[in-house]
Amino acid sequence: MALDQIVDGLSEVSCDVLVIGGGTAGPMAALKAKLKNPKANVVLLEKANVKRSGAISMGMDGLNNAVIPGYATPEQYTKEITIANDGIVDQKAVYKYAQNCFEIIEELDSFGIRFLKNENGDYAVKKVHHIGTYVLPMPNGETVKKALYRQLRRARILISNRYMATRLLKSSDGRIAGAISVNTRTAEMLVIKAKAVILCMGAAGRLGLPTSGYMFGTYENAANSGDGYAMAYHAGAALANLECFQINPLIKDYNGPACAYVAGPFGAYTANNEGSRFIECDYWSGQMMLEFYNELLSGKGPVFLQLKHLHPDTISEIESTLHKVERPTRGLFQQGRGVDYRSESIEMHISEIGFCSGHSASGVFVDDNARTTVPGLYAAGDMASVPHNYMLGAFTNGSVAGIDAMEFADSHDFAEFDAADVAIERERVMAPTRREDGIPPNQIEYKTRRLVNDYLQPPKVTRKYELGMRRLAEAREDMQERMIARNAHELLRALEVQSIMDCADMAAHASLYREESRWGLYHWRTDFPEKDNENWFCHTLLSKREGKMTSEKRAVEPYVVPIADDEKDLYDKQRIRASA
Amino acid sequence: MPLASYQTSVPVVVDDAKCIADKGCTVCVDVCPLDVLRISDMTNKAYMAYDECWYCMPCEADCPTGAVTVNIPYLLR
Repeated sequence: MALDQIVDGLSEVSCDVLVIGGGTAGPMAALKAKLKNPKANVVLLEKANVKRSGAISMGMDGLNNAVIPGYATPEQYTKEITIANDGIVDQKAVYKYAQNCFEIIEELDSFGIRFLKNENGDYAVKKVHHIGTYVLPMPNGETVKKALYRQLRRARILISNRYMATRLLKSSDGRIAGAISVNTRTAEMLVIKAKAVILCMGAAGRLGLPTSGYMFGTYENAANSGDGYAMAYHAGAALANLECFQINPLIKDYNGPACAYVAGPFGAYTANNEGSRFIECDYWSGQMMLEFYNELLSGKGPVFLQLKHLHPDTISEIESTLHKVERPTRGLFQQGRGVDYRSESIEMHISEIGFCSGHSASGVFVDDNARTTVPGLYAAGDMASVPHNYMLGAFTNGSVAGIDAMEFADSHDFAEFDAADVAIERERVMAPTRREDGIPPNQIEYKTRRLVNDYLQPPKVTRKYELGMRRLAEAREDMQERMIARNAHELLRALEVQSIMDCADMAAHASLYREESRWGLYHWRTDFPEKDNENWFCHTLLSKREGKMTSEKRAVEPYVVPIADDEKDLYDKQRIRASA
Repeated sequence: MPLASYQTSVPVVVDDAKCIADKGCTVCVDVCPLDVLRISDMTNKAYMAYDECWYCMPCEADCPTGAVTVNIPYLLR
């Protein structure tokens, strides 16, 4: 039978620990869960194919947050991330990451993933952040996925590719009971009963529309449509600080970084149209992005990554990294534009908005054991709330989640869910396939994301947000009543649009709740232009209560690593001042 | 409401002479994160069925015969 033809079917399986998402955090979570209890069944469910899925589909150029003895301490790293994130950090989870990540680096090294070493055999860590030194290049970074996949096969993890999870199942007493998923090529539904579930479903990267107008030209892997955020929300889990958007500095029109993390340590820097530096530090923070945005609009834009002053051999070395891993079409793009780094600077711009804790702090709320607010439900990686955690954070926190989830599964039996919940979800999923006539998913997606750009991207204006929410509600009605899917592939896109719509609503709701400005460009509210520590030095938690979206404040946990008063605003001083 | 089809030049190009999908190979279809490649019923060769590309390269990198080329989508070229 032809691929994509719709099959109306439903089956059920069970496992001890279900990991959803096979990108970065997911494989590590599955591996650690299985090693914790080799007799248990661990299923790794993936919307695409674990071999090439997620943000590191083609590998990664380096670790951006490696805490390596001799270069940095866990205390120093925790302090830096706390300051970079404007103080709104539960340090326990960040500190735990900082303590554990070196062990994970050594483990990745044992998988065959190499890290740059100097002539003495020590890790060659580079400085990109404002205060400390944490960037470690990966000379064979293109092999990451292959190395992980080998480990998964060796541990005999059960991998189910091309299944998109759509909703979580819970028992009447609120414990996790499993998940419902759909085969993306046949539309057959699969219910997976599980004692514990770990969400590793990546960023909400298909939220804003890239300025090129190409819907899939997003910074994040375009498969990351925010399904994990939507599923956690509908399961009643709390989501933290969603108003702290992800916005990144990228190559103009191309969805990869320029990339200052790679080129900066060699002497490259970000400059304006006059060739002058205007930011102190290229590390991606909201404060840095605000200066970037201001420069673009100041008449001194465009903004460029300056490389041409470097030695040609140095430029070749930078190119060999930038054009080989993470986003290897970067070289093809520059070639097409006729840009040679030896003679021309790289024009940069800012990305569309999204949710991502990998780079900012917007994620499903988790504690230092990767536990969400739903018993038995875990989250790790870009979609979990540990801030600025990047790829190494996904591995490290994925490991934490895998171990804790298996302990949970070992001490609990299956929770019972209501069969009616499956029937309701089946109706929701299949609804677009039952209509004869209507609007295709790509049009609803384009409109939704265009509205996100028009009304929700910073600067955030209350009146614009109110109008945007009205327009989004109209688009939602079309999505629920009129969207059609004529084959299983269109159904996949139709389901993704529903995640995108949920994320757009959450972005709007969370942004209106926090009545101050914080995190530079990420949450710049023109009606509340100042940081208000008296009323808003807190997390915000968004959740679904009795069917309605609600937000509340949550106190920041007492710091483990104290921050001196004169250190608190180090990241606010990003703009280079003209010296007298 | 009637639907119309929309013309688009696709970024992923397959060289039919090199593609061995007719001998059972499905590597590019298997690895694509966006699931946009299919095997044609008419030619039995791989092709890009949906213009929803992240131009990430697994299809090109993993093709055993070098039949697949990823181009930058026209809108951002």
